[in-house]
Amino acid sequence: MIHQYKLGGMNIVLDVCSGAVHVVDDVAYDIIAMFEDHSKEEILAEMQNRYLNKDGITEKDLQDCYAQVVSLKEDGQLFTKDTFEPMAGELKQKTSGVIKALCLHVAHTCNLNCSYCFASQGKYHGERAVMSFEVGKQALDFLVEHSGTRHNLEVDFFGGEPLMNFDVVKQLVAYARSIEKEKNKNFRFTLTTNGVSIDDDVIDFANREMSNVVLSLDGRKEVHDRYRVDYAGNGSWERIVPKFQKLVAAREGKEYYMRGTFTHANPDFLKDIQQMLDLGFTELSMEPVVCAPGDPSELTDADMEIVKDQYEKLAELMIQRRREGRPFTFYHYMIDLTGGPCIYKRISGCGSGTEYMAVTPWGDLYPCHQFVGEDSYKLGDIWNGVTNLEKQQEFACCNVYARPDCKDCWAKLYCSGGCAANAFHSTGSVRGVYKKGCDLFRKRMECAIMVAASGMLEEE
Amino acid sequence: MEHIKTLNTRNLCESAKNGGCGECQTSCQSACKTSCGIANQQCENAKKAAKSNK
Repeated sequence: MIHQYKLGGMNIVLDVCSGAVHVVDDVAYDIIAMFEDHSKEEILAEMQNRYLNKDGITEKDLQDCYAQVVSLKEDGQLFTKDTFEPMAGELKQKTSGVIKALCLHVAHTCNLNCSYCFASQGKYHGERAVMSFEVGKQALDFLVEHSGTRHNLEVDFFGGEPLMNFDVVKQLVAYARSIEKEKNKNFRFTLTTNGVSIDDDVIDFANREMSNVVLSLDGRKEVHDRYRVDYAGNGSWERIVPKFQKLVAAREGKEYYMRGTFTHANPDFLKDIQQMLDLGFTELSMEPVVCAPGDPSELTDADMEIVKDQYEKLAELMIQRRREGRPFTFYHYMIDLTGGPCIYKRISGCGSGTEYMAVTPWGDLYPCHQFVGEDSYKLGDIWNGVTNLEKQQEFACCNVYARPDCKDCWAKLYCSGGCAANAFHSTGSVRGVYKKGCDLFRKRMECAIMVAASGMLEEE
Repeated sequence: MEHIKTLNTRNLCESAKNGGCGECQTSCQSACKTSCGIANQQCENAKKAAKSNK
């Protein structure tokens, strides 16, 4: 399977199954487009019609170009057949029962009242609650116990707003550090925060202990303050931005992301990216809103076209700033073409419900943070482990080949079948696909690969 | 005339031979939290190799 597209003045051809990326001229682009369905004679005749004697293109050029395409196919870098399906369940089977990441919902409460929150202001459609140290400690023990030979364990402090239970967060990190050596594990912690409660103590702690910090900021003040308000209805932008700036400045290069959400109110989200850059932030992520169909914040079909155009302009901005020596990172354009995940990872699905789970303040286990509050998706708890094996099996069987809609999609080895929660919320099944999300994902991948290809060519 | 420039990319078919260690990050954990993508994740093996080459 191949995918070819034109973007940023480049003709790009992806050989999906080998992972090869080719930047080609117009002649090669057209030959490749016809290659599988036409004879050599038909293709060359058509190329003569289109290109012969234009810009000095000779008969020999056309013949040479055709030969190059043939050669790439023979080398397994074009039209590579998809032979991965039998391996699809292999990684999950091999690692069955091994858990390597937990999302700890240390606070089902929040000091902001954002109307677009998928977690319903942190309550996940339930009662307000905070996690006790005892529950958190048991969750960490549960993780270590079920992590097999995995060395790196990820723990995300999530909410609601995790800093509303900061003392427990600190105690849990201290506990995890105290057992790391004995258990031969390396904990990588992440804190996701709205910033309201950040102070010097938080900054010091986060920069010492957190591998990553995710800071919620929607960009422009008027956009941010539309949704991200306190219980009195006051916007939070003025209060949190200086705190985020202080935290990031003190982070000295350690990983962080400014993480924003765009909605129907700001499909022109590039202005929000620009605002973040103007504030001095360079590690950025902006995500389309996840909401129920019909919600006022939902992206409309018209918004989708604007968003796709914004993604292209964002790619142009990244290239421009890289050339100016002022690069920045956009989370969804991060792509390592020379390294990146192996094929097992690419076809195995996201890992929710099997290697990754969310833990509620009460110690219940869910396949991921986005399923918390869906009673039928409760998998078990941290004392008895996974007891709803039937439900877990749904997730164990979730891979890129388990979703019929993914079969012919060129982006399937970049998304691994997509988000189970998005699929569930939009189709009622974890094996469905969230079509709007797919549409945007494909656009992001085209842009990401274009930005990466342009950088690689310039380096040469 | 060079018509095709092939970038130096990881060969996915080759990665079937030595991949699958499972040490890599889970897909949206510790990051975006609302959409899945694996293209932006690092291979822990490749990371280790890069470190040992320094």
